[in-house]
Amino acid sequence: MYKFIVFLPLIGFLITALWGRKIGERTSQLLTSSLVSVSAVLSWMAFVDVAFGHNQYSIHVLSWVTSGTLEFNWAFRIDTLTAVMLVVVNSVSALVHWYSMGYMHEDPDTPRFFSYLSLFTFAMLMLVTADNLVQMFFGWEGVGLASYLLIGFWFKKPSANAAAIKAFVVNRVGDFGFSLGIFAVFVLFGTVNFADIFANAGNYQEAKLVFLGQEYHALTVICLLLFVGAMGKSAQLGLHTWLPDAMEGPTPVSALIHAATMVTAGVFLVARFSPVFQYAPDALAVVTVVGAATAFFAATVGLVQNDIKRVIAYSTCSQLGYMFFALGVSAYGAAIFHLFTHAFFKALLFLGAGAVIHTMHHEQDMRKMGGVRKFAPLTFIFMTIGTLALTGFPFTAGFYSKDMILEAAYASHSFGSSFAYVLGVAAAFMTSFYSWRLAFMTFTGECRADEETQHHAHESPWIMLFPLAVLSVGAIAAGFVFAEYFVGHEREAFWNGSLVTFAGDVLDEAHHVSGAAKWAPTVMMVLGFLLAFQMYVRRTDIPAKVAETWDGLYAFLLNKWYFDELYNFLFVRPAFWLGRVFWKRGDEQTIDGFGPNGVSSAVAAIAARARKLQSGYVYHYAFAMIIGLALAITWFMAQSPAGTH
Amino acid sequence: MTADLPSFAPALPEIVLALGAMALLMLGVFRSGKAYTQVSTLTVFLFILVGVLLVAYVGGERSVTFSGLFVTDSFAIFSKILVLVGSGVALMMSSRYMADHGIDRFEYPVLIALATLGMMIMISANNLLSLYVGLELQSLALYVLAAIHRNRNRATEAGLKYFVLGALSSGMLLYGISLIYGFTGTISFDLLADSVKTGEHAGIGVIVGMVFLIAGFAFKISAVPFHMWTPDVYEGAPTPVTAFFAAAPKVAALAMFVRAMFGAFGELVTEWQQVVIFISIASMIVGAVIAIVQTNIKRLMAYSSIGHVGYALVGLAAGTEAGVEALLVYIAIYMTMTLGSFAAILSMRRNGQMVEEIGDLAGLSQTNLPLAIGIAIFMFSLAGIPMLAGFFGKWVVFWAAVEAGLTPLAIVGLLASVISCFYYIRIVKVMFFDEPAGNFDADKGRAIPLVIGVSAVLHSPVSFLLISPLIAAAAWAAKSLIY
Amino acid sequence: MTLTAGAFYLFAFVAVAAGFLVISARNPVHSVLWLILTFFSAAGLFVLMGAEFLAMLLVIVYVGAVAVLFLFVVMMLDINFAQFRKGALQYIPIGGLVGLILLAELVTLVMAWQFGDKVADNVTAPIPAAEQVENVKAMGAILYTDYLFIFQTAGLILLVAMIGAIVLTHRQRAGVKRQNISKQVARKPKDAYEMVEVKSGEGIGSASKKG
Repeated sequence: MYKFIVFLPLIGFLITALWGRKIGERTSQLLTSSLVSVSAVLSWMAFVDVAFGHNQYSIHVLSWVTSGTLEFNWAFRIDTLTAVMLVVVNSVSALVHWYSMGYMHEDPDTPRFFSYLSLFTFAMLMLVTADNLVQMFFGWEGVGLASYLLIGFWFKKPSANAAAIKAFVVNRVGDFGFSLGIFAVFVLFGTVNFADIFANAGNYQEAKLVFLGQEYHALTVICLLLFVGAMGKSAQLGLHTWLPDAMEGPTPVSALIHAATMVTAGVFLVARFSPVFQYAPDALAVVTVVGAATAFFAATVGLVQNDIKRVIAYSTCSQLGYMFFALGVSAYGAAIFHLFTHAFFKALLFLGAGAVIHTMHHEQDMRKMGGVRKFAPLTFIFMTIGTLALTGFPFTAGFYSKDMILEAAYASHSFGSSFAYVLGVAAAFMTSFYSWRLAFMTFTGECRADEETQHHAHESPWIMLFPLAVLSVGAIAAGFVFAEYFVGHEREAFWNGSLVTFAGDVLDEAHHVSGAAKWAPTVMMVLGFLLAFQMYVRRTDIPAKVAETWDGLYAFLLNKWYFDELYNFLFVRPAFWLGRVFWKRGDEQTIDGFGPNGVSSAVAAIAARARKLQSGYVYHYAFAMIIGLALAITWFMAQSPAGTH
Repeated sequence: MTADLPSFAPALPEIVLALGAMALLMLGVFRSGKAYTQVSTLTVFLFILVGVLLVAYVGGERSVTFSGLFVTDSFAIFSKILVLVGSGVALMMSSRYMADHGIDRFEYPVLIALATLGMMIMISANNLLSLYVGLELQSLALYVLAAIHRNRNRATEAGLKYFVLGALSSGMLLYGISLIYGFTGTISFDLLADSVKTGEHAGIGVIVGMVFLIAGFAFKISAVPFHMWTPDVYEGAPTPVTAFFAAAPKVAALAMFVRAMFGAFGELVTEWQQVVIFISIASMIVGAVIAIVQTNIKRLMAYSSIGHVGYALVGLAAGTEAGVEALLVYIAIYMTMTLGSFAAILSMRRNGQMVEEIGDLAGLSQTNLPLAIGIAIFMFSLAGIPMLAGFFGKWVVFWAAVEAGLTPLAIVGLLASVISCFYYIRIVKVMFFDEPAGNFDADKGRAIPLVIGVSAVLHSPVSFLLISPLIAAAAWAAKSLIY
Repeated sequence: MTLTAGAFYLFAFVAVAAGFLVISARNPVHSVLWLILTFFSAAGLFVLMGAEFLAMLLVIVYVGAVAVLFLFVVMMLDINFAQFRKGALQYIPIGGLVGLILLAELVTLVMAWQFGDKVADNVTAPIPAAEQVENVKAMGAILYTDYLFIFQTAGLILLVAMIGAIVLTHRQRAGVKRQNISKQVARKPKDAYEMVEVKSGEGIGSASKKG
């Protein structure tokens, strides 16, 4: 069954990639969507079996590498963590597949699109089922590749190409850290298999790694390196710049990859390595601080963005920050729980935004929207459900998971936890504000689009609304159905050793924090809603005034804290300059000049000259023969003194 | 004065081939004018029969007959089988071209059969005299074949040039033979080996005679600086004839070269090694460099064959058994590559006309993908790209050279093959990335697609399955030469 | 210096000088004539060595047939030899240099020549003394025994030459009249003519109409 779950999307990818044009658009769409859907159904069955039947599996696919002491197989490690990820990945992927049939129906290249989607799904499944670091890295790079291809899907658009390259390059920084982490793990543990690493993590608590004459705490180094990888994939502060730009890709892609699944791979990685992180408190502190800073930073930027997808993108970034600081305070279950619920409501929001964009004829600027409720009432309902869940309205999914994280941060005594709590609560306020701002700007008020667009605006087809409906159910219900298992009293049996949980850990404490701390996020949510309502529904002139008054701050936020400009100045321009020097001076003038180009032009010149010898006259040819003969004889005559024999 | 009749048994395949060729000639004469297809088919069958006789009847045992003029051993069997395959395949590829150009005359297969007979005699020569007559039998037939398209000026020019220069090279060869006879009193390989072994007669006279001899050989295998005829003749002669020239005669002349060097002058290895190294390097470099500026694909193949002879000679230059083994492996691989490439050139036909420019291949991948892939395989293999058979051939000869202490030679070879990559891969580039120049006509017969297909498969990475039998056969052949 | 030696040097000198004139003569016809002289001198050298059969062969075959054929060809072909030569002349300096070097080397080589110990052993089929056996018999004795193989192969070479000559030159022209002997023999009188009775005063007009 697990092999089916993983390989069905691969089959879909191969068939549509190779014969997509032959079997036709409709067939390839239906084929890939059905295969992924089957995978999704199977994953739910697996989830029930593993999480509630308390089973664990290790499935051997084939032996991969045996080289000296390095030995690993291609195998699936199926535990509760994997099962949760399988459910998330396959469900969202299946829904996005179906949704894309409607969203992409005008595109001429749908087989390619669907094959990429399936490729992505397969790579993501490889990542989450990995039983060793190398296999995980394979999946890791696979999703990176698929993400690159999908962001650049409309490759005729220069901005899409640039965004794809940016995503790839920024991820490369993270991947570099990740691969260094893998090497460090191998150096320390002598293996890359998870089971062996986790079993031995305790024995290496005191181990040191020597680098450049300095000793470092080995597990901290490993964890930090792995976290750098996670930061890249999960767009944490510093390596987050690619995520908003990635919105150049088609909206279903944003929903699948840049909201629900791929960007959570970093969270998954850290959670998977929780047995190791557990021994590296310094690393956990870094995770907490980075996560909290990201949650806050992204929320501030989200306040002022005007592109509907960018708002959601920053929101994603911010929510990922939540997950990370949950990990940082050792509330692994809460992090994964938030990952789980977030997948539903964020996918819902993205797909809903996609529906809005579809309704408004590919208009993404919220300033040119408004009143969309009239045209697309169902979309409005679904989006509202998503917004409620995201802001943490009581008894929706976000309420359970986000509040759990904040409570855990409050209860924790680890370094940075109170910092995280404060920033997290502040971010919750801003989340509520920008989410409702988005909802109000889009759906209420007068329509600001031009006549033409308004005239053609229409509700999306059922094939797009159906996934929205399913996700809405998830956004509402995922919280109260699963809270007890993910973070409640059942959690130890539920996780069954796949995460570090034990009685009396931070989650236990989190259940007993004071009421004020418990209700603070909810209060913030309400305040955010009221403020947004005031500014965007009742007194719509306020935003402009505020922006005018604090124009410096506004510009600072609008330009995303000038991160892109800073990087441009610090890295991009020096890199370009250096590249140009190496290219022009080093490569073209020195190496090519004396190397390939010089030699090849010399060869060409010689060849052209030598060709003249081939004159076509027989006596020239005969002459060449005789000269050759004379040379050879002279050679020997000169060697041996004449007259002797 | 009576003498016993010599034993005919070791030469039975040659005798059968000679009688068969004459019988086919009679058949052609009496069926005047319409006998091409029949004679051609029968000639192929005759080759097969001769091949079967070689393997089943003669076998690899060394035996000498006709008063020591004729020798047969495993080396001879290996080379002769190669020659027969080369001739047979070239003949099979010819039909359509010959018919289209109105030169489908029954004399063509007969001449090929007689040329093949000459080659077999060359391979089996154990005496400079039998070597010479075999060579002349072969050459004379080749001269005629080059000019067989007698209404075309280029073909007659090619034939004439080949003839005149060939006569010059024969003159050198004969002069060398006379010098050798003058200084040793014999022209028999066995006695020569015996004479030079003592060292006393390995004087400068013998060496100079040997150099003349090598000059004559070098002309036949078109090694630099005796190569000048090759591009003109390859371009001027009808394409199937060129295919034939590039395959079987090269094998035969190289085999003859090797046997003469090892059989007669085995003790003078340090001397002839110097000459062979020189012509090997010169051939590799000239073949690689001048080919770059060629636009006609037949001329290109001419330079390519010059280069490949250079690589094969690296094996001879090593002067060891391993070197000979490598040379045999190399020429076997080279022959199949060349035949495949020429089969592909023969299918370059547009609006009923043959086209021969590299530019005519432009965009072939879009109009005829299988052919483009086939040509790409040949070109990559000729260039010696790893995973293809051509790479393996180069690898064994260079390795043999390195083992024999000739590392610089191997390095020059490597450099030359790097240069040669340029023009081989350029053809691939033209086929796959340039704008299509138009469709080629479909092949009517089955022979040419078959040859392309089979040799492409032989050169694809599949070849790695065939390499070890080939090496075993070459080792078996090389063993008989050094005793 | 005996008479034989004198004759040898005479023939040898004439052979070389005539050979030189073959390539240096302006008129190609003269070249062929010098060639004939070369052949004659070579024949003389053969006679001096007691190989009179070969000498006669040379005269009859080469002078009588080959050289005369050359002469015809040269006279019939319309080739501007002067222009031909003009191109070649510019290479005389360097060609001469290379030739001289080769010559010098070969001369040194021949100067160093001497019979080695094994040469005598190696000469497997020494020619019997001229007094003991006739020329033709001596050649036949080895030509059909020891060198049977070479002899046969040489026959094949001639066959190829013949085929080649036919392939390259033989043309079937339309409208060429050929003799067909069997047809001639089988011809009957009535195929050739017809008896017509001509009535007086009417002429043969009606008859020819009828025919």
